[in-house]
Amino acid sequence: MTADVEIDLGGLGFDRGAHLLVQRALAGLPPGGRVAVSGTDAALGVHLPAWCRSRGHRVEWPDPAHRSRLVAVVVRGTADDDRWFGAERAGPPLPAALHSRPPPRWGLGARGALLEAGGPEARFDLDDRDLVWADIAPTLYAQAAARQWDPQTAVPWDDTFALPADVEAAVVQVMTYLVENEQAALVVPARFIGRIHPHFREVVQLLAVQVADEARHMEVFSRRALLRGAELGTSSAGGRQSLFTLVAESDFALASFLLSVLGEGSFVDLLGFLVRHAPDPVTRRICWLAMQDERRHVVFGMAHLEHQATVDPLLRDRLRAAIHRRHDALADTAGLNADVFDALVVLAAGGWNPDDVAAGFAHVRALQQAMDQGRQRRLVRLGFRPDEAAALSALHTRNFM
Amino acid sequence: MPAPSVLMGAVAYDPKVVTIWEGFRAWLRGRGLDFDFVLYSHYERQVDDLVAGRIDAAWNSPLAWLRADRLATAGGGAVHALTMRDTDRDLTSVVVVRADSPVHRVEDLAGRLVGTGAVDSPQATLIPLGHLAAAGVQVDVRRFDVGVGLHGDHIGGERDAARALAAGEVDAACMIDANHLLFVQEGTLPPEGTRIVAQTGRYDHCNMTVREPASDGVRLFGDLLRGMSYADPQVRPLLDLEGLTAWQDGRTTGYAALAEAVDASGFYAPDGRVTAPDYRP
Repeated sequence: MTADVEIDLGGLGFDRGAHLLVQRALAGLPPGGRVAVSGTDAALGVHLPAWCRSRGHRVEWPDPAHRSRLVAVVVRGTADDDRWFGAERAGPPLPAALHSRPPPRWGLGARGALLEAGGPEARFDLDDRDLVWADIAPTLYAQAAARQWDPQTAVPWDDTFALPADVEAAVVQVMTYLVENEQAALVVPARFIGRIHPHFREVVQLLAVQVADEARHMEVFSRRALLRGAELGTSSAGGRQSLFTLVAESDFALASFLLSVLGEGSFVDLLGFLVRHAPDPVTRRICWLAMQDERRHVVFGMAHLEHQATVDPLLRDRLRAAIHRRHDALADTAGLNADVFDALVVLAAGGWNPDDVAAGFAHVRALQQAMDQGRQRRLVRLGFRPDEAAALSALHTRNFM
Repeated sequence: MPAPSVLMGAVAYDPKVVTIWEGFRAWLRGRGLDFDFVLYSHYERQVDDLVAGRIDAAWNSPLAWLRADRLATAGGGAVHALTMRDTDRDLTSVVVVRADSPVHRVEDLAGRLVGTGAVDSPQATLIPLGHLAAAGVQVDVRRFDVGVGLHGDHIGGERDAARALAAGEVDAACMIDANHLLFVQEGTLPPEGTRIVAQTGRYDHCNMTVREPASDGVRLFGDLLRGMSYADPQVRPLLDLEGLTAWQDGRTTGYAALAEAVDASGFYAPDGRVTAPDYRP
């Protein structure tokens, strides 16, 4: 019997991977190509044709009188080629020259993979490169992945510090506030991760790490709150209302703007304040760790909005409207929990002399001014005029986040 | 003029049957055939309805083909095999023992306990038992009656027989060639733990049985089935589910071994009546 290729499987049977050798031999041939298969596995004469049948290959049998190790000749069918008819690459493997609108049919296929035609049309509605992407995303992701820290070992939980009861209470109150803010900061990107087209996978990865960051922040702030006692502090209705308006924003650009550019931007200032005024090493350390992560979140939020602002002249109108809308929604609420404000003053005061309290109060006022200045700087970078940036920053929630 | 139409019967041996034929229905209707299907819980009623003219086509097991052929002929009519899957051609069944079994040749099975699939399984009961009988080997049979009426489409009986073999409850087990490979790969049978002591001759499996091959609907149905391409992403998942890469012309030359087994076991009468005493689909 003639064949284009001859293979000898030795004692290898189809129960232990013989199909790989047959497949490899067939792969180099066109449909109709012939592979002579020899071997000594006792079941080969049964399994080889059964396997070929399921793959659309034909089998020709040698003359039974012909005594040799030849089991059969496999004639390559067309099914293997047919399966890949109309297949396409899901864009480039590396994040250069990304598709401006990757099609839904690419779905969950890896970017750059050869996709068999057919399959579901996945609905990832955040599929506009200009809306989602920032060139810095891969770099930020790499940084974020490299700087993940272990809450158990990165914090001196065993330090034996002891604080006066009222200072400890102030720390617990601030921690309680931080936890609810981090909770919102976790939920917001988490809601968008599942909507972003996987073509922009570095953005998905970055946001996933951001979510993991917030999870760690929630853990360490909760743990610090309960380190010396058994109760958390208070949560004001107005504070929760402010956070709820963040979580309710379903537009990716607007949510990034409100959360990262305005909220987390201010939060970085708050964490810096706490690093400076922390009364104990645990509080100082966890605030410093969280601040590093939050800075990264702000950088990404700024980067993709800066890019979008250059291609979408109407973006600034939408951002402006979002600030106004949120301001109006929160106009009748109290803003920052008074207990939080007072706790910040106590921490910055460092004592109960009137002069200490006055100094603490001044520090918190300076913090609020620094937050305002930071928001204005970022708004100007997004293209707002300085006077408008000042007006918009003033409308930002008094709850900081 | 109304579009050519075909009403086909299929047996619901698995929930995927609905997926397959709803998908094919959409594809066939998109190409000018007014196609619909009805599902049966077993093959006997499907065959009755085909021969009685209540459906135009029946996606038949080999056993159902034989009975439809006998019933139609007895009534002075005829049925025809319109198409079959590429995977319906040239199958074999095997009789398998444990690797350490004293059985080395088919004759050694004489007097031993052989596990089979359901009473109506062509591949795991009727054909391999017919093969042993033709070789003059008398065996005791332990049947695994899972999915009776489904003519062996349900793999459960075959798998239970293989499990019984692995557990030492039977001396040998009957199964289709591809399922021996499957059972070893999935771990139902231990790797290198079994030996094949007998293999039947090649036979054919299912076919699309029709009453009126010359009708417009049936002709278009056959043309469209044969035209289904594995390169078409709309039908490829359905072809994968149905286990084929191409529809081929139907042929009826591959059913002799089954017919002999049916006659020898008295499963059906020559006129197509169901005569197997312990068969209640």
